[in-house]
Amino acid sequence: MGRIQLKSVTKSFGDVQVIPPLDLTIEDGEFTVFVGPSGCGKSTLLRLIAGLEDITSGQIEIDGADATEVPPAKRGLAMVFQSYALYPHMSVRKNIAFPLRMAKLEQAEIDSRVEGAAQVLNLTDYLDRRPGQLSGGQRQRVAIGRAIVREPAAFLFDEPLSNLDAALRVGMRLEISELHKRLKTTMIYVTHDQVEAMTMADKIVVLQAGVIEQVGSPLELYHNPRNEFVAGFIGSPKMNFIKGDEAKKHGATTVGIRPEHCDVSKSEGLWKGVVGVSEHLGSDTFIHVHETGLADMLTVRVTGDISANHGDTIFISPQTDQLHRFDAQGLRMP
Amino acid sequence: MATQHSRSAARLMMAPAVILLLGWMLVPLTMTLYFSFKKYLPLRGGDLGWVGFENYVRFVSSSAFWPAVQATLVIVGGVLLITVVLGILLAMLLDQPMWGQGVVRILVIAPFFVMPTVSALVWKNMFMDPVNGLLAHLWRFFGAEPISWLSEASMTSIIMIVSWQWLPFATLILLTAIQSLDSEQLEAAEMDGASPLNRFWHIILPHLSRAITIVILIQTIFLLSIFAEIFVTTGGAFGTRTLTYLIFQRVLESQNVGLGSAGGVYAIILANIVAIFLMRIVGKNLDA
Repeated sequence: MGRIQLKSVTKSFGDVQVIPPLDLTIEDGEFTVFVGPSGCGKSTLLRLIAGLEDITSGQIEIDGADATEVPPAKRGLAMVFQSYALYPHMSVRKNIAFPLRMAKLEQAEIDSRVEGAAQVLNLTDYLDRRPGQLSGGQRQRVAIGRAIVREPAAFLFDEPLSNLDAALRVGMRLEISELHKRLKTTMIYVTHDQVEAMTMADKIVVLQAGVIEQVGSPLELYHNPRNEFVAGFIGSPKMNFIKGDEAKKHGATTVGIRPEHCDVSKSEGLWKGVVGVSEHLGSDTFIHVHETGLADMLTVRVTGDISANHGDTIFISPQTDQLHRFDAQGLRMP
Repeated sequence: MATQHSRSAARLMMAPAVILLLGWMLVPLTMTLYFSFKKYLPLRGGDLGWVGFENYVRFVSSSAFWPAVQATLVIVGGVLLITVVLGILLAMLLDQPMWGQGVVRILVIAPFFVMPTVSALVWKNMFMDPVNGLLAHLWRFFGAEPISWLSEASMTSIIMIVSWQWLPFATLILLTAIQSLDSEQLEAAEMDGASPLNRFWHIILPHLSRAITIVILIQTIFLLSIFAEIFVTTGGAFGTRTLTYLIFQRVLESQNVGLGSAGGVYAIILANIVAIFLMRIVGKNLDA
């Protein structure tokens, strides 16, 4: 069980309120991702849930019981840190066994649980090594192993993949998702990378300056962003925002169109522009279009290969049904 | 850089320093060895010729020898114990965020800047004087009989004085080590259910092991040769005569250079034995 509920939780450091009153419910078994730009308070929020920081006011409930004053170790949560926070002087085995030793379990039970976790995480061959002798991905797995042996009510991940290289990150992303499917335990995952959020989450919580901008499933956020911030944050490359006369035509202050919702032609279209940099990814090509008179730069996605040279003239037609309209407050209009 | 030419140039440029250091070490060592095989009494006839190992036998068979070795080891051990234990505690205390941290840290380091002679005199006259000392006043305030520290508890007093001098050094080294501890490790241990004591025992202490090794090694080297503190306080009386002090007495008070030199050679051997043991016990911490 691992249902976590935050009730008007606030956090201030001195006079600075980093988290204004915030309500959030994380259902049992859910993979929730906190995402937002750096400094938005997502890590702080995770540390509040973990109990590593005291909340200034409000209440945290875990499985219906008030956990606000409960010390971190007693909350039944396990955390994986950004730096892995492995104990460098202990072997992998001892690292993974540490929480069990602290819980004063019997040696036989400790051994079997450690072996089990090592098997799940492919660490069996490395149990007697020190963390310093492992690669980044293996260290990450040890950190996860140390978390799963405790059989916690929920896992908390604090940007666990940000120290890994790109290829490894994709692999670990899959492994963590697999782990969630297998354990069916609540997981809360903090990241600044919206790709991680989109690929892993059941539920995404988009945060900005300590405020929850929107909560929803990845596709919900993609298709129905509540405001300009969420629209710009979710999706890669970023959504194009157009202000001024073009937006007024649609009765909005700003209109947004995703790069993948634009039709591109070399001969005819709604908007005319000049090709800047083209990023060829093989499957897709992202073309940066300048001098449209709409915005500094528009990004459009073209599937497959397209021969657009720097300086060519190009025409863009937005798919009107995929156009997002925003009012003066930045809120999305239906 | 590692061309043949640059390597020989590097050797050439290092040579003066190496030759100077080597001379600095070899000349006194050779002279000590030379005198240790001679009967040399500067005020009673001067050089009286070779005597073989007689000085060595006499130095060891003297009733003062073993108590001196014991006194040396007790002082070194006592000071190490006090400075390392208190050093760890102080370092953890100073690591806590507090108001006026910078000033407090400088104050803590201050005793290290005081010359050994001066600090020993300050302790002797200001604190430990049985009539006017602050400790005597404190004892009387509680209605107790003041202790004449340097004669009744001479060893304790010396250890206290020397510990006071070396505590800042230990604290400083351990503080920098503690500051390099990743705070996420402590938080992870906290999440793992480790109590503060467990966190200290399983995380902080292993992290400090290397710094503790360094403190022990460096302090041992300097503590084996403490002299000024004993000279200005007890003058070697009341069981505080260390090996260093014994050699001093043989050479300068008894004017027996040969006997003192033999003692010097013993001191070198003792220092090496201690060093080997220390390297064995704690030196492996330095490899990792």
